[in-house]
Parts: sequence; C-alpha cells; structure tokens
Amino acid sequence: MGDRYRGGVPVVELRGAVALLGNFPALAGVDLTVESGEVVLLRGPNGAGKTTLLRLCAGLIRPESGSVEVLGHDLVHERRSVRRRVALLGHSTGLYADLTVTQNVYFWARAAGLTVAEATQRVASALLRMGLSERLLGQPVHTLSAGQRRRASLAALVVRRPELWLLDEPHAGLDQSGRDVVDALVGDAVAAGATVLVSSHELERVAGLGPRVVTISGGVVVDDTGPADGGGPRV
Amino acid sequence: MAGRDERPGTTGSRGSRLLGCVALASLVVLGVLAFFLTGPDVRIHPTTGEEFGQFDAVRMLYLHVPMAVLMYASFMLCAAASVGVLVKRTPWWDVMAHSTAEVGTVLCGLVLVTGSIWGRPVWNTWWEWGDVRLMTTLVLFLLFAGYLALRRTTTDPRRQERQAAVVALVAVLDIPLVNRSVAWWENRTLHQRSTLEELKIEDLTLFTLMFSFLTFGLVVWWLTLQRFRVGWLERAAIDHAVGSAIADRRSETSADELDAAIGVTDEQVGEASP
Amino acid sequence: MSEVRRFLGDARLVAARDLRIEFRSRVVVGQVVPFALLVLVLFGFALDADHRTLRTFASGLFWVAVLLSALLAVHRSAALEQSDGTLDALRMSGLPPAALFIGKATAVFVQLVVLEVVLLGGLLVLYGVQVVDPVLLVVAGLLAGVAVAAAGTLYGALASGLGVRETLLPILLLPVLAPVLIGATRAFDDALGAVAVDGWAWTGLLAVAALIATVVGALAHGVLIED
Repeated sequence: MGDRYRGGVPVVELRGAVALLGNFPALAGVDLTVESGEVVLLRGPNGAGKTTLLRLCAGLIRPESGSVEVLGHDLVHERRSVRRRVALLGHSTGLYADLTVTQNVYFWARAAGLTVAEATQRVASALLRMGLSERLLGQPVHTLSAGQRRRASLAALVVRRPELWLLDEPHAGLDQSGRDVVDALVGDAVAAGATVLVSSHELERVAGLGPRVVTISGGVVVDDTGPADGGGPRV
Repeated sequence: MAGRDERPGTTGSRGSRLLGCVALASLVVLGVLAFFLTGPDVRIHPTTGEEFGQFDAVRMLYLHVPMAVLMYASFMLCAAASVGVLVKRTPWWDVMAHSTAEVGTVLCGLVLVTGSIWGRPVWNTWWEWGDVRLMTTLVLFLLFAGYLALRRTTTDPRRQERQAAVVALVAVLDIPLVNRSVAWWENRTLHQRSTLEELKIEDLTLFTLMFSFLTFGLVVWWLTLQRFRVGWLERAAIDHAVGSAIADRRSETSADELDAAIGVTDEQVGEASP
Repeated sequence: MSEVRRFLGDARLVAARDLRIEFRSRVVVGQVVPFALLVLVLFGFALDADHRTLRTFASGLFWVAVLLSALLAVHRSAALEQSDGTLDALRMSGLPPAALFIGKATAVFVQLVVLEVVLLGGLLVLYGVQVVDPVLLVVAGLLAGVAVAAAGTLYGALASGLGVRETLLPILLLPVLAPVLIGATRAFDDALGAVAVDGWAWTGLLAVAALIATVVGALAHGVLIED
C-alpha cells in the first residue's frame, strides 16, 4: 500500500463535483480539498448531501460532472486502486447476518488482501480494541444489538488500516461507551497519520480533536472554517 | 451531458419524411409484385404429372425472409451499440442499442407470426416444437423481451445502460445458434437450408425477393430512426430536468435558513457557491 | 503465477463464505431442496400418471424442477450481497469482480449439485426411472450445473445489484437457460434410457454453454456490480 501522504498533500480533492441519486442532484457542485492528516467534520441539515459526499469520496458513486481525486487517484478511472485504502462506515453495517462477528471481520480482512497470519492477528486486536466481549464474537451478527454491530463493522474496517476514513454519523444509535470507542478510533487513526472525514450532528464530540468544520447545504459547501490551527491537528 | 444538440420537439426531418414516403411507395410496389405479378409456386411432377409446390403460400417469402434478415441486422446493431455503451459510455450508443433492440424485437415477433402462418399450409402445422430454428428464434424473442422489460424498470437511464448492454450481448449469443441451427441440426428442422437454393426461383420471383429486402430495409431504417429520435428526446428531457434540478439545488440554500441553523454570514455563502 | 493463485484464493474465500452462510442458515437445504421435491410431486399429481408416463417425461420434469429451484438458490445467493450494505463493502474491499463471480458461482454450483442428487433420488423412488448410463448422467448433470450456476450468478447480480426489481430475474434468466434445459434433458433422456438420442452430443452442447456462461459471467460481473 506504500506511500503515506504527508502534510500539505491533498487526500481528497473535489472540484465542481455533481452527483446524482437517480435524477436528483444530491451534490450540486462541491469544491473541497482535504489534506493529509486532517480531521474534517461535515455538518448540515438532513438532505444536505453529506452521505452522498462521503460515498462519492469512497468511489461508490460516479460523479456526473466535475472531478474527484482521492489519495492522488482520479476516482472515475482508477477506483479500484484507491478503495482498499479507504474505509467507509455508512448507515448499514456491511456484515453478513448469518455469520459470527469473528467470521465477518476475518472475511473482510482476507478480502482486503491480508494473509491468513496477518488477518488472524489483526482481527483479534481489532475486536479487542472495539471492546467486543469474547462471548459475542462467536454469535451470529443478527443476534447482536445495533451498537454491537456498529463496533463489529468498525473492526472490519480497522483491520485494513485505511489511510482515509469516511465516517457517516458514526455516533448515531450508540450508547456512551460506544461513542467513546468511536472517538478513540478517530484518535488512533489521526495518530497513525490517517485522514478523517466525519459527518456528525454532535460537533462537540469530535471537536476535541480540533477538526476543521465544513458545512454543506443544498448539495454545496456553504461554509468552510479552513484548516483548524493552521495545519490540521497533529497529536 | 453538456453540449447536447437541442433539437426541436419533433422526430421528423425533411430527410426522414422523404425516407418514409419512399418506404411507403416501395411497400405498394412490393404488394403489386408479390400478389399480382409473380406467380404461385406450382411445379409438375416429372413422372406422375401431378401438380405440387407451395402454390400461393410461397408469397409469404417476401415478408418472412426479409424480416428475418433485418431482425438479425437490428440485433447485430444492438450488440455493436452495446459494446459502444461499455467502451464509450455516451448516451448516443445507449439510445441506439435501445432503439435497435426494440425494432429487432418487433421484427422477431413478426418473423414468428409470419412463419407460423406460412407453416400452416406448407408444413401443415402452426407450430412445430421439434424445429430447432423455430425454437432458437423463440428463445431470441424471449431474451429481447427480457431486455426490454429491464429497460422499463427505471426512468434513470444512467443506472441501467451498462447492465442492459450486458444483457443484450448475452442475448445476441443466440443469433449464431438461430442462424446455423439449420445446418447443425439438419434433421431436426423443417426449415430449408437456404431458400435461394431449394426453391425453384424464377427471375421475377428473385427480383421481388430482392426488392422486398430493399423495401423492408427502408421501413426498418425509418422505424429505427424515429425510435432513436424519440429516445434521444427522452434523454434530452431527462438531462434538461436534471440540469434545472441542479440549478434549483444550488439556490435551495437559503441564507436565512442557514443563518438560523448554523450562523453563516451571507458573504461566505456568496463565496462558496460557484 | 502468484496473480493466478491470488485470484483463486479470493474466489475460494468468497465460495467458502457463501457456503458457510448456507451451512449456518440452511436456506437452500431447508427450503429450496424441499421445494424441488414438491415440484416433482406436483408433476406426478398434475399428470395423474402411471410410472410409464412419468418415466417418459422424467428427464424434462427433472430439469424444469432444477431450473425453478435454481431461481430460488440464485436469488438467495444474490440477496446475501444485498443485505445491510454488504455489496458496498465488497466494492470497497478491492476484491476483483471476476474472483467474486467465480466464488459465488462455485457456491451456487455446489448447492445445485446437492439439489440434483436429491432430485435424482426422487426420480428413482417416485418415478421409478432406471439409470442406463451413469457416466453420461453425472457428466451432463455437472456441466449443466456449471452453466446454470454461472448464468444464474451473473443475472442474480443484475437483478439484485442496483435496485432492479427481483421479479425480473426469471424472465431474464430462464430464456438464457433454455438451451441448457434442452441439452440437459436430451442427455438425461439418453442416460435414463427413455429416448434413443445421442446424449454425448448434447453433453457437448452443455460443455460449450458452461464455458460461455463462465467466461461471459467473469468478464461481465464487474460491469453489473459497479454501476
């Protein structure tokens, strides 16, 4: 996976990005540059286009017009080389309901190209980090609570050690300890040099990391406080 | 899809009207040739002196055979356009694939119907399950009926054009089977190997057959052209709607609302909206 | 060489996952296989037949039952990628779509083989057929299974991948499988000694169909799951 981006290099660069959901323009021309190591908080009213923006950055949506570059690659033509380095936590879990937590996380680790040994070791530590108890690991996902599933799907992303995190409302529906786990994860990611885009209604939770706040509404960026403290947070 | 040539709201043009008139005139001439000038297929058995042959039923030749050939042509064009969709990703190819598939499916249906009507007097049956060409043509019809059903599932052409292209390319794999079936399974078909060799074809019959190819070629060309233009206008309408939706979406950001919600100044709004 | 090994490893990973899910949920074994047997029984009721009639039509009824059940199995296989964002996760995982296709098709194939074995048992017991050429029976059954699994996986991805209505699956898939139905039925006719045809020639057709379905599926799967 190689080259980590150092400060000042854009990890996400959107220029005039328009994205459609059906025939509805969820994004109507977004310009946004996120540099390496930044934590960017996306906020805006419901239907502003936050989720679409994150999915666009993940390469799951093709821009109708404008350009999208992620980790130095043009997302229209070179999506596949980028995606493995990006983690998207959406509203859904991305887990197979009939498999156990461990089976799920292990599958996603292997699917991301890890060897058996790497996967085994990383899965164990990721599950531990997410605070999932031993008892839960052998249970099928469909027996878990929403918060436990969120932790499991975060574990499935952590094992890949992504360079760019796209978190869509990661705190929603979590109890206090779950929220702490998410915050700790963002902290870990930033410490490891990753870049984080997080959409959240809870400004104060992520504010501890000194993020830049970008407000979108009506499918465009309406406010951008710019890089917080000059160069993004370094811990 | 900027730069789309905005046509007026009609599918006709001087060229296509002329083409339509020529096609119509050819149909009339073909009718005269097929029904009045050419004779029925009557042959005399050399030893017994009995009359045999297809009699008047042979006139179906001038409908059935050109339609079958043009059906192949339409589906091959559809396949080529589908490759274009996968490679180029431009709406022109997609509209082309859709148009040719629709015309081809209509032709395929007509080939089955005219074949059935022809089969009744000649083979003494409306439908012959053992006939491979009949079976493979029916499968072809069903494949493209599925294709058209897929195309009706959403009004958003962007989402399905590549899926539809895959379905079309799989469907045309049946064409060699239809076309070669008569040669590959000779004893499992009532179809002639090649009409031109087997039938005792006189000069005028041959001319009429050639003329029927030309006539139906013009008709199919006209139909495809019209269908393409309808499809193109549909795309233009969708693009227009999307374009104005984008404009609406940009202006939807009311400054007052935002001020109330998050406290952004008007100045910043102005800067950020291109 | 390591490219090939990695590809096969990815395919095996996916196949093992799908089979593990089936092993844990038992949807195919618990619902699809009984459905197939039910179809066989219904044919018996509907034809109100003695053994001789049923034996005459056994191979055709067998393959119609297989195709109808395969629709369910394919739908189940495709539905796995529809549940709770797993398709997005797969697209993000960087797994090559062709490996994903081969893996999923392999899992469907294994399930179809189980289905065919059970149905064959049904034919032997309920319809009283006799196997004349077991080798032909096995080869034709496996090849037809490959063709059905490959074409089914491809169209399953199409019908579930991007919000296309699921009712579309049968009308898209069954015409594609019509040649397989014809070939497999003729081959079984020969293998069960019902009709004197050259079953091996039809088995050749099945081999071609299986090859085409696998190659086209592997090439086209990426188009269908991407966008």
